[in-house]
Amino acid sequence: MPDTSITVTVDGTPRTVTVDTRTTLLDALRERLGVTSPKKGCDHGQCGACTVILDGRRTLSCLKLAVAEDGGDVVTSVGLRSGDDPHPLHQAFIDHDGLQCGYCTPGQICSAAGMLDEVRAGHASHVSDDLETGLDGASALTHDEIRERMSGNLCRCGAYPNIVAAIAEVAAR
Amino acid sequence: MTVTQTPREAGHAVGSDVARIDGEAKVLGLAKYAFEQVVDRPTYLHVVQSTVARGRVTGFDTSDAEALDGVLLVLSHLNAPMIADTSDQEYAVLQSPGVAFRGQIVGAVVAETPEIARHAAELVRVTYDVHDHDTELREDHPDLYEPGQVNPAYPADTEDGAVDTALGRAAVVVDQRYTTPMEHNNPMEPHACIAVWEEGPRLTVYDSTQFAHGVKNKLVALFDLQPSAVRVISPYVGGGFGSKGMAHAHNVLVVLAAMSLPGRPVKLALTRQQMFALVGYRTPTLQRVRLGAGDDGRITAVVHEAVEQTSRIKEFAEQTTVGTRSMYAAGARRTTHRLVALDVAVPSWMRAPGEAPGMFALESAMDELAEATGLDPIELRVRNEPEQDPETGLPWSGRHLVECMRQGAARFGWDLRGLPGSRREGDWLIGLGMAASTYPGYVMPGSVASVAYNQHGHYQVRIGAADIGTGSWTALTQLAADALDVPMSRVHVEIGDTSLPMATVAGGSAGLASHGSAVVEAARKFREEHGVDPPHGAVTEATLADHPEREKHAVHSYGAQFVEARVNVDTGEVRVPRMTGVFSCGRIVNPRTARSQFIGGMVWGLSMALHEHSVIDHTLGHVVTHDLADYHIPSHADVGDIDVSWLDEEDLVANPMGLRGIGEIGIVGSAAAVANAVHNATGMRVRDLPITPDRLVR
Repeated sequence: MPDTSITVTVDGTPRTVTVDTRTTLLDALRERLGVTSPKKGCDHGQCGACTVILDGRRTLSCLKLAVAEDGGDVVTSVGLRSGDDPHPLHQAFIDHDGLQCGYCTPGQICSAAGMLDEVRAGHASHVSDDLETGLDGASALTHDEIRERMSGNLCRCGAYPNIVAAIAEVAAR
Repeated sequence: MTVTQTPREAGHAVGSDVARIDGEAKVLGLAKYAFEQVVDRPTYLHVVQSTVARGRVTGFDTSDAEALDGVLLVLSHLNAPMIADTSDQEYAVLQSPGVAFRGQIVGAVVAETPEIARHAAELVRVTYDVHDHDTELREDHPDLYEPGQVNPAYPADTEDGAVDTALGRAAVVVDQRYTTPMEHNNPMEPHACIAVWEEGPRLTVYDSTQFAHGVKNKLVALFDLQPSAVRVISPYVGGGFGSKGMAHAHNVLVVLAAMSLPGRPVKLALTRQQMFALVGYRTPTLQRVRLGAGDDGRITAVVHEAVEQTSRIKEFAEQTTVGTRSMYAAGARRTTHRLVALDVAVPSWMRAPGEAPGMFALESAMDELAEATGLDPIELRVRNEPEQDPETGLPWSGRHLVECMRQGAARFGWDLRGLPGSRREGDWLIGLGMAASTYPGYVMPGSVASVAYNQHGHYQVRIGAADIGTGSWTALTQLAADALDVPMSRVHVEIGDTSLPMATVAGGSAGLASHGSAVVEAARKFREEHGVDPPHGAVTEATLADHPEREKHAVHSYGAQFVEARVNVDTGEVRVPRMTGVFSCGRIVNPRTARSQFIGGMVWGLSMALHEHSVIDHTLGHVVTHDLADYHIPSHADVGDIDVSWLDEEDLVANPMGLRGIGEIGIVGSAAAVANAVHNATGMRVRDLPITPDRLVR
């Protein structure tokens, strides 16, 4: 299979890498760039462990072919920090113990960050009362809204109640 | 980042609410799991699995695979290195052309990239001499047998008193069959390892395991290596739930490949689909429970019989009915296990093996007995509370089930429970249910810990234990700090490496009890030998101290589980908006991570009740629900509010720290509590898990 050179920005740094045309964005990050914050739990878009923010939206990186994302902007959980300061979600996950084994955690956090941006943009969810107008900002997020919007991210340790508490705390700020 | 709110004072770490010491690394994703270890010039292995359930490999055509650029090695039984010890057939990988279950490893491709390896694996053409197979567990299977013992070392059958006479005379008899399906552990991190074979020979394996020393010892024996030549490193583990409690076939395969490619690290991560054949699972169970009781609900006879499967190549006998032996007072008691060896993958440990499926049956039957006698389910259990262990006659180290039930009832609002089918809001029937839970307070001998004093007043505590998400790394630090009587900030615990002192498996809810006992004893001896002002470089190593009181007692944890279930009258959908669990597990070392363990266990029970089901296609002999789209585990939207609390106690009979393990008791009983709540909502008794909507649509 032909190899192709692509450049993606990862957590603010442009990275050029040669990929097989079959290489997923996830494998390009993990196996070719050594960026292992996004995790591989299923490789089929069924678990959410590989979630990154791609071009501003939460994305399952195992379902993207790397060659199609040349020029893309990838933010992992590491890149959510401001300098050395943690993102509020990082601290909230630690404070609420929203993790156990930690393997789904970077994906949960990227997904939560992307989800909160969607809420601020007015996106409705399946459980929203008004599908046209969505929610009135992140402060309107109920626990049921968080659960619905985060359901693409599986956690086998069952840390869900603590993850929801962590996200709710950040959303309420 | 404020990672720990460490108690500044010495002697107060145990019992303090402490953040995980690995929390920052995990939220950022900088914690390096096995497959993420940085190695030089890695190669990638992809497994070739059998596509028949029983037979022999007659042809293994590698020509197309080997023609691909980047393919380094194609392995099969024709060219694999010999294994020294093939007595355990799970580990006799590629040693013969035999196929004993569908999905068994029949080959492997190693290539320069994962894409090439996967492509090449698909190009390998395997032909088989196919034999008839049998993958279906049946209660009347002609090959049922009584195993020599059940996991880990219990007798298969027990009989106490005149069971049949007592049943015949009982005023009330519950006699029901319950089934639980095959279930798969499915930790979020697929089983992964990297093997490096170097001159000497010297073998280094990065593995995702609950038991680094166990994997090492297995590889030493299988490949007849010097123990000093093998090192297993397992710094972070993305969940295990028993499936990483021992080596599995893939560990052997990756070493076979590494031996063939000396100097090149071989990386193997099983795919999610491959995990359904290669890393163990919970056997399906067919159970029959008979309870005989007087009109007053006092149980006079209990019979619990289980039928389960094992594989043809290796026996694993799950202890399904063992929980029943100690749970309730009864004049007469019989428990049995019968197995049949089928053409299926090797079953193994899955969170609370035995207790989880067995207590689903017993605690469902108790709910049926409560209904039959007109007693409240809690009152029924109180009336059958045994004064000492019915199985052994030993006194309890601390049995507080009644307190758990009383506290749980108050926290949950048990008094709101009405008659079955009596409460409806809109399209939803609402019911409340409860069940009791139990799990043994195991301590495993053999772990060793060392304590060393370094410059600047810091202590290095070393033990080859594993933190699979339990928080044990943090809890061990707390225990060590108090045992040394220094602040946590001066204690550094190293785990996850066989270059550290031997540690037993992080399983059986025995990790902290066993590893902590070694750490506490090492700290005590360190102070004894070196005093409170030790010289730089002072080191002490110790194993668990003798704890003779323990053998004179029955040591078990208890809990009470409460569930509200809502059942849609049209679709049969079951929702669980809230659960309450109250547990008695001795001293709680870290309330924050302990709460997570209990919550996680209860989510597992909810999952067992409503979701998990590995479906075998008996025509082809394989698990068809072999990914996370078809094998259902709860998502965020499936889990409601979970209220967890515990009794304030310590159990100094169990071990010097006064704790009993907490990793598994949360799952025990919670599935029955869900089923009992569904019954209270609908009046329908579902005795076959999972409780899918089709079982509830009239």
